[in-house]
Amino acid sequence: MEKYICDVCGYEYDPEKGDPDNGIAPGTAFEDIPEDWACPECGAPKSCFSKAD
Amino acid sequence: MNSFYNAEKVSANVYWVGAVDWHVRDFHGYKTQRGTTYNAFLIIDEKITLVDTVKKGFTNEMLERISTVVPLEKIDYIVSNHAEPDHSGGLLEAIGKIKPEKVFASSFGAKTLAAYYGIEAEVVPNGSSIDLGKGKLTFVETRMLHWPDSMISFYDADGMLFSQDAFGMHLAGSKLWADEYQESIIDYEMRKYFCNIINAQSGKVLALLEELPKLNLDIKAILPDHGPLFRKDFGKVMQLYRECAEQKPQPKAVVVYATMWQATEMLARAFADGVRAQGMEVKVLDLAVADRSEVMTEVAAAGLVAFGAPTMNNNVFPLMMDALTYVRGLKPQNKTGFAFGSCGWSGEGAKQISEQLNLMKFEQPIPFIQSKYRPTDAEMKAAFDAGFNLAEQVGNKVKQP
Repeated sequence: MEKYICDVCGYEYDPEKGDPDNGIAPGTAFEDIPEDWACPECGAPKSCFSKAD
Repeated sequence: MNSFYNAEKVSANVYWVGAVDWHVRDFHGYKTQRGTTYNAFLIIDEKITLVDTVKKGFTNEMLERISTVVPLEKIDYIVSNHAEPDHSGGLLEAIGKIKPEKVFASSFGAKTLAAYYGIEAEVVPNGSSIDLGKGKLTFVETRMLHWPDSMISFYDADGMLFSQDAFGMHLAGSKLWADEYQESIIDYEMRKYFCNIINAQSGKVLALLEELPKLNLDIKAILPDHGPLFRKDFGKVMQLYRECAEQKPQPKAVVVYATMWQATEMLARAFADGVRAQGMEVKVLDLAVADRSEVMTEVAAAGLVAFGAPTMNNNVFPLMMDALTYVRGLKPQNKTGFAFGSCGWSGEGAKQISEQLNLMKFEQPIPFIQSKYRPTDAEMKAAFDAGFNLAEQVGNKVKQP
């Protein structure tokens, strides 16, 4: 599973950690996150994320 | 350059060369009743370095202050800790006159400066340093505190922490140091600045307050980009930020309302008197005279917050939605809320306010009151009782460890 980076603020989504504070369990692939999820740091939509290099 | 403006010495090798904006009262919607300053700093070392600049319109004031210390063209480096235009508005003109060897910014800062002004900045990675001669300047990224590009920098030769917007406040004055002002003014303006600018990122503030001591910086002064500077009591400064960021419920209430024909106002005052009867401090703010930033300041300080507004053409009165949109973006936590309002037609206002409070995860143990035309005696009593009972609940919550 790949990491994704928020283009707006640089937050890294790590699938191993997920985003439990916002209902995303550890082990959730970025692709499987619901579309209405937003960056926990800056609020940018999922569409603002790019694959980490 | 002949100048009536002077630079003011901050430490052995650092000068304040900023600008005082005595008369700004509306800072993108933040009511700055005491004006503000845009602080820029000049480091005199083998590599002469300007840290941050000022808002456009104040560039000459900054350049004149600099020129009383060194000729502009002697400056080697410019550091941009934060690319927001109140600190970068003077950058392009300053670059034109100074012709620095390099401009430094964080990775996001470089992108922002390129987008705003077409400036090419050299990226300084998180934790890296540049050597200035006697001392070095170290950069620590503080992403989202409060913009993606934000960073702070530390000049080790003098122990100067350039903290950018962190620990800043909107307060114009002719004195450099916070300890030269009334303590209550500093306390109020720092809290107001925190809750209106940084509140949404409270979690990151708490993390930074944990991290900062681990860097073992021998801090002699904290130099924010707005308002006075700190040369002592750093523990107190950090503690104020910790308190603000923890957002623990406080034994205070605020009633924020809008009114057309004073019916909503009647409910607001009944609620407030209920709180008062419980012995809790309460503030009442009419949106016709209180602005968003004042509302947020009081909301942040209160454990109990009530919002009331009329219904206008089937929607909540617009001033209320303005305030709620603003407050919601700043993510206040641990609040007990209450919604109310009066109407002439079908009355959607109070319900819409209640929905907004739900979105902010405010507890609403008592359902909203929607009255029609003029609140009945029963509705007035219900508003009073709501204030009385909720104040008691919040009071009990505060007492819990």
